[in-house]
Amino acid sequence: MSLMQRLFNFRGGLHLDYRKDMSTRHPIRVAPVPPQLVLPLSQHAGAPAKPVVKVGERVLRGQTIAQPDGFVSVPIHASSSGTVVAIESRPIPHVSGLAAPCIVIDTDGRDESLPAPEWAPVDDFSALDAKTLRETVRRAGIAGLGGAGFPSFIKLSPGRSVETLIINGAECEPYISCDQQLMAERADEIVGGVQVILQAIGAPHCLIGVEDNKPDAIAALRAAAAQDERIQVRVVLTRYPQGGEKQLIQTLTGREVPSEGLPLDIGLVVHNPGTARAVYRAVRHAEPLTARIVTVTGGVVAQPQNFEARIGTPMQFLIEQAGGYVQPPGRLLMGGPMMGFALPSDALPVIKSTNCILAAAPGELRPDEAAMPCIRCGACQEACPVNLLPQQLYWHARGGEFDKTRALNLFDCIECGCCAQVCPSHIPLVQYYRHAKTEIWAEDREKRKADAARERHEARQARLEREEREKEEARARKKAQLAARKADADSSEAPPAAGATPADGTDDPVAAAIAAAKAKKAAAQTADGSAATDDPVARAIAAAKAKKAASTDNSNATTPADDPVARAIAAAKAKKAAAAAGGPAEAPVVRPRKAPPSDDAVAAAIAAAQARKAAKAAGTEPADAPPADDPVARAIAAAKARKAAAEQAQDAADPVAQAIAAAKAKKAAREATTAPASDDPVAKAIAEAKAKKAAKEATASDNADDPVARAIAAAKARKAAKDAAATPADDDPVARAIAAAKAKKAAREAADKPDGAS
Amino acid sequence: MRLSSPFLPVAASVGSVMRDVLLALLPGIVVYVLLFGPGVLRNIAIAVAACLLFEAIALWLRGRPLRPFLSDGSALVTGVLLALTLPPIAPWWIAVVGSLFAIGLGKQVYGGLGYNPFNPAMVGYVVLLISFPVQMTAWPALQPVWDSAPDAVSAATALDHVRTQLALDRTLTEISGDAAIGWAAGAGWEWIALAWLGGGLYMLWRGTIRWQIPAGMLAGLTLIALPFWAADPDRYASPLFHWLAGATLLGAFFIATDPVSAATTPRGRLLYGALIGVLVYVIRTWGGYPDGVAFAVLLLNICAPTIDRYTQPRVYGHTRRESEP
Ligand code: SF4
Ligand code: SF4
Repeated sequence: MSLMQRLFNFRGGLHLDYRKDMSTRHPIRVAPVPPQLVLPLSQHAGAPAKPVVKVGERVLRGQTIAQPDGFVSVPIHASSSGTVVAIESRPIPHVSGLAAPCIVIDTDGRDESLPAPEWAPVDDFSALDAKTLRETVRRAGIAGLGGAGFPSFIKLSPGRSVETLIINGAECEPYISCDQQLMAERADEIVGGVQVILQAIGAPHCLIGVEDNKPDAIAALRAAAAQDERIQVRVVLTRYPQGGEKQLIQTLTGREVPSEGLPLDIGLVVHNPGTARAVYRAVRHAEPLTARIVTVTGGVVAQPQNFEARIGTPMQFLIEQAGGYVQPPGRLLMGGPMMGFALPSDALPVIKSTNCILAAAPGELRPDEAAMPCIRCGACQEACPVNLLPQQLYWHARGGEFDKTRALNLFDCIECGCCAQVCPSHIPLVQYYRHAKTEIWAEDREKRKADAARERHEARQARLEREEREKEEARARKKAQLAARKADADSSEAPPAAGATPADGTDDPVAAAIAAAKAKKAAAQTADGSAATDDPVARAIAAAKAKKAASTDNSNATTPADDPVARAIAAAKAKKAAAAAGGPAEAPVVRPRKAPPSDDAVAAAIAAAQARKAAKAAGTEPADAPPADDPVARAIAAAKARKAAAEQAQDAADPVAQAIAAAKAKKAAREATTAPASDDPVAKAIAEAKAKKAAKEATASDNADDPVARAIAAAKARKAAKDAAATPADDDPVARAIAAAKAKKAAREAADKPDGAS
Repeated sequence: MRLSSPFLPVAASVGSVMRDVLLALLPGIVVYVLLFGPGVLRNIAIAVAACLLFEAIALWLRGRPLRPFLSDGSALVTGVLLALTLPPIAPWWIAVVGSLFAIGLGKQVYGGLGYNPFNPAMVGYVVLLISFPVQMTAWPALQPVWDSAPDAVSAATALDHVRTQLALDRTLTEISGDAAIGWAAGAGWEWIALAWLGGGLYMLWRGTIRWQIPAGMLAGLTLIALPFWAADPDRYASPLFHWLAGATLLGAFFIATDPVSAATTPRGRLLYGALIGVLVYVIRTWGGYPDGVAFAVLLLNICAPTIDRYTQPRVYGHTRRESEP
C-alpha cells in the first residue's frame, strides 16, 4: 500500500453525536421472509419499471417482475417466492408521502429460487467485456444503495476515461451503520465488486474512503484488498458530511466537482460499498438485487441492529424482528437525522434505497419549536461545506426572490443540513432551500412554456403586419393599374408592374396584374409556411388568419361587382388564398405533429389545412363565448378557454405536452395535499411573500396594452387584496391555509398569464 | 411535526448566544465596579429595565408575542452595552432616554430582532451624545474600592485629555506622564479594556463570535496608527494607546460584532472590521469627537450590505472569477 496518503479537507462541516454504536452491537442478521412483500415500481431515480407479471401469477425468488421502462430505469425482481396478489397503488417511503404503484406478493414461505438464474454466474469476470458487465448490473436491478438510488449501470458506462473509482465508505450520518457493518463483515464481496467495477469502467485504481470511527471496517477492507494493489483504503476524518460525494472527493483528491457537473467531469466515479457488493453478487453469483442491509435503530427500538432484509419487507416487520418498540416512537425517519425524511407510519416497505429506519423516542430528536428571526450570526456560513451563504439564501428564499437564491448558487447546496443544525434561531433552513428549488424548477418550466407562447405571439404579430402591408400594396397597385388601363385603353402597352413576373410573356396588363398578385401571394404563403415552423398552434392561427383574410378579400372584392376585371382578380385571389389556407374541407387530416416540413409550398398548404381544423377548436371558441356580466370574468374565461383549447389541440399526439400536463397535474395534486398542511411555517412565509408580490405585479401590469393581460391582472389584484385581508388572521391555521392555497393559485395564474395573453 | 431534516437536537439558541455575551462582559463589569464604584451597576440596572420595558411595549404595539422575544436576551444585551457606554455618574434619566432610542429607533421600528440595520446600543449612545453632551462627557475619576478616600470628582478620559493637551501644544511625550493617562491609556480604563479583551477571547473560544470582525478592527486601527506614530510620536498616539483607550476593545469584541447589523461574509467581516478600525482612528485623531467607535460602527452598518455583495465566498465547484458578482 502506498504511503502517500495525503488527505485534503472540505471546509465547514460539523462534529455530531453519531449514536452508531447503538446498532452495531450485533452482527448483521438475515431477516426472515415476511408474509407479504410490497415492491414499488419506482425504487430508483428515473422512470418506474413496467410490471411483467399478472395478479394471481406465482413468482419465484429472483424472477423479474417488472422491466425497465426507458434508459434511466432498472428492473425489479421478486425477493421471495409467492403469489402476486395485487398490482396497485400503495404508500411508499418517499419525501412526498404519496402512494405509488407496487407489486404485492404474498410469500409462500418456501423462498424458492428460479431453477436457473436469468443469466449465468461468472467465476472469472476478468474475461468479461465491459458491455456484458454493465448489462448484468442492469438486469440485476441495481440502483445506488447509498440513498439516491441512481441506476448503477449508467455509472458503469462512463463514456470517457476514468482515472479513479471511489468507494464512499464514509457513512457520516448519525445512527446509520449499514455500510459500516457491511464493510466489516463482507469486505471481500465489496472488494470483489470493486474489481468488477474497475473492469467495467476501465479505471486503473480505486480509493475506498472510510471514516476513522469505523476501525473494524478499515481493517477488514485492508485485509480483503491486500492482494490487489489497485485498491487503496484511505482513512478520512470523521466529520459530517464527509460522506457527501463532493466532500469525499475533495478530501481524497483535493479536487472539486465543477458546479452543476458530475464527478465524471473530473475523471471520477463514486459508488457506495453496498452497491459494490450487489454488483459482485450479480456478476459472480447471478443474483439480482433482492435484499439489502438496513439499519433499524433509534431510542424506542428494543434491539437496534442491522438486517439483511428482502426488498419489499414491511418496515414494521423488521422492527418486530428487532424486538419491537419499547414505547411508541416519537418520530419515524427513513435515512439519518440529517438528511432523512419523516415517515407517516411504519407500514411502508423497505426499498432499494432504504439504508436506515430510525424510530426515535419522544425528545430524542429535535423538538418542535418556533423559529426566531435570523440574527445573521454567521454560524450557518461557517458550517456550510459548500461555502454558500445560507443566511442570505434564506433571506431571499423567504422573500420569494428565487432568482436571487439562484444567483447565490442555491443549486450548489447539497441539503446536508449543517446550516440548520447550528442555527441558534432554529430556522428550518434546508426546508426553505428545497422549497426554493422546487419553485425555481416550476418557474423554469413555466418560463419555457411562456417563451414558446411569446414567440408564437410575436410571429403572429409580425405576420399580421406583413399581410396587412401586402394587402395595401396590392390594392394600391391594382388601382394604379386599373387607372392606367383606363387611361391607355387602346394603344399603349402597360409596362409590367414592379415586381411582377411577366406571366407567359403575355402583354395583357390584366393577366400581368393577376400574375403579379398571385406571385406575391404565393411568396407570402411560402414565407408564412416556413415561419410557422413545426408549431401546430402557430400554424393553426396562421391558417385561421389566412382564411379570414380570404373571406374579407372576397367580400371587399365582390362589392365592385360591376367591374369584371376586378371580379376576376378577386376571384383568382380568393381561390389562391383558399388553396393556401387549405380551403378544401376534405383536405387530408393528419396529426399536426406529423406535418411535413413546410419549406415545400404544397406541404405548407396541407399543414395549413390540418392546422385550420385545430384552429377551429383553439381559436374560435373565446370569440364566440357569450358575454358574461362580469367583463373580468369573461376575459379570464376567454383566455383560459383559449389556452385550454390550444393545449387540447396540441396534446394528443405530443408526448412532451402530455408529460408536462402530467407533471402539472401532479404538481397541482401535490399542492392540494400540502396546502392544507399550512401550519408549515415555511410554506406560510413564502406564500405570504408571494401573495404580496403577486399583488404588486398585478398593479404593475395594469398598463399592459393587452386587454386580456390587463383583465387578468385586475382580477388577480382583487384576489390578492382578498388574500391580504385574510392574512392578518395569522393565528388561525385554517385561514392561513386558505390564504396560502390562494396565494399559490394566484402565483400559478400569474405564471400562466403569458399563455393566456397570446 | 417538524417537516424537514435535519432532525438532530441543537444546542445553541439565540438565548444561549446572548447569555454567552453577558458572561463575557462580566469580568469587565467587575473591574469597572472595583475601579470606579457601583455607578455602572446602577446604569446597567436602569438601562436593562428600560430596554425590556420599551421592548415589551413595542412588541405589544406591533402585536407580537412577548415571551419568546423578551426571553431571547437581545434587549438585555442592548441594555447592558448601552449602560457600559454611559458615564457612571450620569443622571438616571440618561439611561432611560438612551434605552428608548436604542430599542425604539434602533431596533423595533425596523421590525425587531434580526431586522435592525444599525447597532441599537450605538444608536442610543449617539443620540445621547448629541443631545446631552454635558452629561455624556462627565467621567468619574479613578476611585478604587480599596482607596478609602474617594474624592468623587470627575476627570477627563485619556482621549479627552490628549485632545485638549495637544491643542495646548503639549507633546505626547509630555502628556504621557499626566495622571489622567495612567500607565498606558487612561488611569483605570486600561484594566477595564483588558478585561473586555479577556471576555472577547472567551467568546472566540466558545464560538459565540467569529474572529474576523475583532481581528479586522484591531488590525485596521493598528495599521493606520502605526505609521503616523512612527513618523511623529509627539503628535500621534501609539497603537497600544488606541487599543486600550476609550471603547476600542469593548467595540471590537462586543459592539462591532453585533451580528445583525454587521457584514455576514467572512471576507466581508474582515473588511468591515478593518474599516471600523480605520474610522475610529480618523475620528479620534482628526474628528470632532474624542472617541469614534460608535460613529464608526454606525457608518459601517450602512455599508454592510454593499460589503456583503462584493465579498461573496467562492462556492465549491466554482472558479473564483465566476463567483464574483
Ligand atoms: S445560523 Fe441562523 S441565525 Fe445565524 S445567520 Fe444563519 S440563519 Fe441566521
Ligand atoms: S444545507 Fe446547503 S446551505 Fe446548508 S450547510 Fe448544507 S450545503 Fe450549505
